[in-house]
Amino acid sequence: MSGVFVGMPAFPKNAAKAVQNSQLRFNLRKATHTIRGKRAAVVGELDDWAELRQAGKTIKDHTLRNLDRYLVQLEEKVTEAGGTVHWARDAAEANRIVTRLVKDTGETEVVKVKSMATQEIGLNEALAEEGIEAFETDLAELIVQLGDDFPSHILVPAIHRNRAEIRELFLKKMAGAPKDLTDEPRVLAEAARVYLRKRFLESKVAISGANFMIAETGTLVVLESEGNGRMCLTLPKTLISVVGIEKLLPTWQDLEVFLQLLPRSSTGERMNPYTSMWTGATEGQEFHLVLLDNGRTSVLADKVGRQALRCIRCSACLNVCPVYERAGGHAYGSVYPGPIGAILTPQLRGMDTELDRSLPYASSLCGACYEVCPVAIDIPSVLVDLRAKARHSRAEKAGMAAAGWVFNRSKRLAKAQRFGGRMRRLVPKRLPGPLSGWTDTRDLPEIPAESFRDWWIREGKR
Amino acid sequence: MRVALFITCVNDTLFPGTGKAAVGLLRRLGVEVDFPLAQTCCGQMHLNTGYRDEAVRLADRFTTTFAGYDAVVAPSGSCAAMVREQYPHLDIEDIPKVYDLSEFLVDVLGVTDVGAYFPHKVTYHPTCHSLRGLKVGDKPARLLENVRGLELVPLPGAEECCGFGGTFAVKNRDVSAAMCADKIGNVMKTGAEVLCAADNSCLLHLGGTLKRQKSGVRVLHLAEILASTEESAG
Repeated sequence: MSGVFVGMPAFPKNAAKAVQNSQLRFNLRKATHTIRGKRAAVVGELDDWAELRQAGKTIKDHTLRNLDRYLVQLEEKVTEAGGTVHWARDAAEANRIVTRLVKDTGETEVVKVKSMATQEIGLNEALAEEGIEAFETDLAELIVQLGDDFPSHILVPAIHRNRAEIRELFLKKMAGAPKDLTDEPRVLAEAARVYLRKRFLESKVAISGANFMIAETGTLVVLESEGNGRMCLTLPKTLISVVGIEKLLPTWQDLEVFLQLLPRSSTGERMNPYTSMWTGATEGQEFHLVLLDNGRTSVLADKVGRQALRCIRCSACLNVCPVYERAGGHAYGSVYPGPIGAILTPQLRGMDTELDRSLPYASSLCGACYEVCPVAIDIPSVLVDLRAKARHSRAEKAGMAAAGWVFNRSKRLAKAQRFGGRMRRLVPKRLPGPLSGWTDTRDLPEIPAESFRDWWIREGKR
Repeated sequence: MRVALFITCVNDTLFPGTGKAAVGLLRRLGVEVDFPLAQTCCGQMHLNTGYRDEAVRLADRFTTTFAGYDAVVAPSGSCAAMVREQYPHLDIEDIPKVYDLSEFLVDVLGVTDVGAYFPHKVTYHPTCHSLRGLKVGDKPARLLENVRGLELVPLPGAEECCGFGGTFAVKNRDVSAAMCADKIGNVMKTGAEVLCAADNSCLLHLGGTLKRQKSGVRVLHLAEILASTEESAG
């Protein structure tokens, strides 16, 4: 994955800073609770939501099991329709392919449709190194880009910014922003619209991702709200789409399920405003599809973890997650934050850094994410599975082994309880080391003089 | 019907009162419970912290200890959910039939009025593993509504996690404390004297914070409220 987050500290440290930021807490709470409510309302309207969810899961599982076949079918269909298919093993290869394709056009500027895959591989940075400037055209991505910032949410990457901050940013960084700009959302959107329109009309190359790829026809599908995507996908002479290999669906009919699942889970709408679909190259234009692996086949090989590849990037799990709501997206050190990020990032990047090892623990396992996931990814189970694969500290291992030793014989547990009961007056108010995490904000319970089991032996049994 | 009590390691060690209340309540309802002394821990802490092998050993131990019982009652939503929801993922076979206390009372015994008396204003936190793991729904609320003298006040944002999460409370202390602060803010809004839940691990975290803040709100396990009578209330 992209190198932009390299060297970030572990999740708890990042989150500790974020929870102190009252403006961020307020912004996130307001935004996530609003989307959460909208989602619940439109999902509640459908009597067959449970069946749709099951269908989404089944279709994705089937596709992933037969990915080899469907990918080849897709390549054939895209090629037949005048497109060119490229295969990229990792981020570096994908970036090389895209850079070369742009260079071949002779252009030095490209417009971009919002895309997680290109964020994942750090495409903008790679293009910049080769002298090519990429312009994000999704309003929120534009805000992030102008601010030299990181995205903090999958769907609404500038969720951590409020409108006053956005006004400041536009005045400072957006060429041609009107001097009398207010912080009214409509006014801000209009200013961005004027700024972007020029880009759409002048750019000869566009880069996109895709929400879905249909194997039987070679069709790509993008769902969006603003119409900027439609501009990028239709106006420029060359279109390059970078898409993860797991985005496949076998047939058009399968789309019926996902066009219901995605908008309702994502923006809380019955249907998103713009859905663009294209098959190969339009006459007079060029189309390149870069199929991206970047760790996905190794995720596919994992019996438990592979369900993460069902993800359709709706971000419903972020919007209900109590940890995300308080820690914010940046704490996850990845373009994939929140619960899905906590299972996707360590699988795609591995768990070699302290940050990536801490991600599976960035959850209280409350299960809210699993409940709202439209493709039924059991995120808590994957988190627990990743925790078992993570390297543990020596102190923790010793503690867990000791607890296991005590629990392995009921007599040992009884002895430990009696010892605790005798020592109960000596327990300090503040515990040392990692356990201070408990007593910094909470009182310890009083240790009882007698455990339940001793009471049972003495008088409970009859 | 042979019924066993799985007290859970946390209750056994730190909250014997909850266990005594559960035994008293069940006996009052005519259920003779057994307490197999070989029981220790369901393995939840080990599994959720990343120690799968140890968890499997404890799960095997649990299964052997409770083999032969028709029902195992646990006064803890998360430990009951561990056995019912997580043991199958650990390939454990012949998993004993485990019920959370409210499930056993409402589904197995078919009672919602347990003849309790508790003249206090109470709010109920449903806890994640009872709500989303076991899906106990409104069973605890139905039991509480039938307690004489008890005024049940709804908790805003009830379905949100309190931030305990086992070792999460220590590993991610700041986020955990922030979640707890918001939960307690909602508890204070209700004006309740007592915060009730069916899981003492969440109450250990919430109660410890309430006490540190000298809030005057006390925490009580569902079993202890349901076990209260005119006589015990004095």
